[in-house]
Amino acid sequence: MPAMFIAVEVDPKVVADVEAAKQLVEVCPVGIFAQDDSGRLAIVDDNLDECTLCDLCIDAAPAGTVKVVKLYE
Amino acid sequence: MRFYEYESKALFKRHGLPVGEGGVATSADEAQSLAEKIGCPVVLKSQVLSGGRMKAGAVKFADTPEEAATLFDEIMPIIVNDQKARSVLVESKSPIAQEYYVGVTWDGRRKLPVLIFSDMGGIDIEEVAEKHPEHVSQTHISTLLPFTPRLAKEGIGATGVTGAALNRLTPIVAKLVEIFLEYNLTLAEINPLVRLEDGTFAVLDGHVDMEAEARDKHAALLAELGIGEEETRQARPPTEFEIAGAKVDAADHRGVAGNVVGFDGNLGLVIGAGGGSLTLFDAVRKHGGRPANYCEIGGNPSVTKTCELTKLVLSKPGVEKIAVMMNVVSNTRVDIVARGVIKGCVESGKDPATTIAIFRIPGSWEEEGFKILAKYGVEFCDRTVSMNEAAGRAVAKLQG
Repeated sequence: MPAMFIAVEVDPKVVADVEAAKQLVEVCPVGIFAQDDSGRLAIVDDNLDECTLCDLCIDAAPAGTVKVVKLYE
Repeated sequence: MRFYEYESKALFKRHGLPVGEGGVATSADEAQSLAEKIGCPVVLKSQVLSGGRMKAGAVKFADTPEEAATLFDEIMPIIVNDQKARSVLVESKSPIAQEYYVGVTWDGRRKLPVLIFSDMGGIDIEEVAEKHPEHVSQTHISTLLPFTPRLAKEGIGATGVTGAALNRLTPIVAKLVEIFLEYNLTLAEINPLVRLEDGTFAVLDGHVDMEAEARDKHAALLAELGIGEEETRQARPPTEFEIAGAKVDAADHRGVAGNVVGFDGNLGLVIGAGGGSLTLFDAVRKHGGRPANYCEIGGNPSVTKTCELTKLVLSKPGVEKIAVMMNVVSNTRVDIVARGVIKGCVESGKDPATTIAIFRIPGSWEEEGFKILAKYGVEFCDRTVSMNEAAGRAVAKLQG
């Protein structure tokens, strides 16, 4: 089932940046980010609704490259 | 969690209480061997987590080892209050002069342990208290001050027991209180505690209930007694609904969403712990509501965990609506619970607006939670609405 409450938008440059992707995987406490076989960033849809709005991903990425969207607003 | 009689007695024996010679048999051959070793006559008692064994015919007496083997085969298939026998306890049959009752449990009103003693044992203590109150004493025990045998002696003496019997009973009763306090028990009971014809005392039957939350603390004892971690040891076997609730809780380490108990009502409850669950359950009943279940959520369960619990409650036959209620929360997030219950409704194919009778969880992140609830048209309230009033509103929606 698709996420009902939270969406995450990531700049394509960050998605393609293996080091930035690794950083996002490390900081998210609920496992929203993963890396595919090539190291590119992937979003784990099943975990999106677990987002705690902690902003750690926003702080870990270059300014403005990660957005957390509340679908209920 | 409840102990079998043989486990209770093993605990008592470990602390020097006078438990008779005996052993547990899991086959007719073992029963015969034990009877030979102990010497006949012997008593054979079905090991079930329930009372009513005598009435069910699951306690029998054997005069020979061969008879013990035969009786073992008769006892094992007997179902006592829906419970199958795990084994049969074989013990020496004692010549009894008098029976006593001694129990330690919690007095919920006084919030203290209470020692209950009666010189009329062997029968239901509630019946004795009703018909012969002068034969039952209650002695409350401080959880702060050290316990002394003097208190036990006062309790025994209050029923009129004097002389040698009083002196011999006192250390036994005092030791039972110490066991109760040391092992975080909710019940330690000997019924009957008997005076034998030679004047000595013996524990004929014993029951122990341990606080479930104390299992880790007493893991060594439980291992010694052979009580497995997977054994819930409740007064009755868990239902499929309750087993499913335990699975929901165990599947995710985040927070608590468990302790699910099924009832036969039409209002599903997703309610908070820390005393809130009991209060809310009572409030629903006070307003004439019929809960479909009891449960405890808290400690900031994940969205998935809350969602799965909600789906489970909604899947229960007869559930028309759910009420989501907690006391004011600090370590549980309102928005996370709101997401979970709404998702649970949607994944169950139900409209949250009509399925959730009331959402009353004020506290941490409530503004965010209320935005979510508003988006899905769910009626919610903050701390200005009491738990009692919220329960009343939920019940009214079902009745209206």
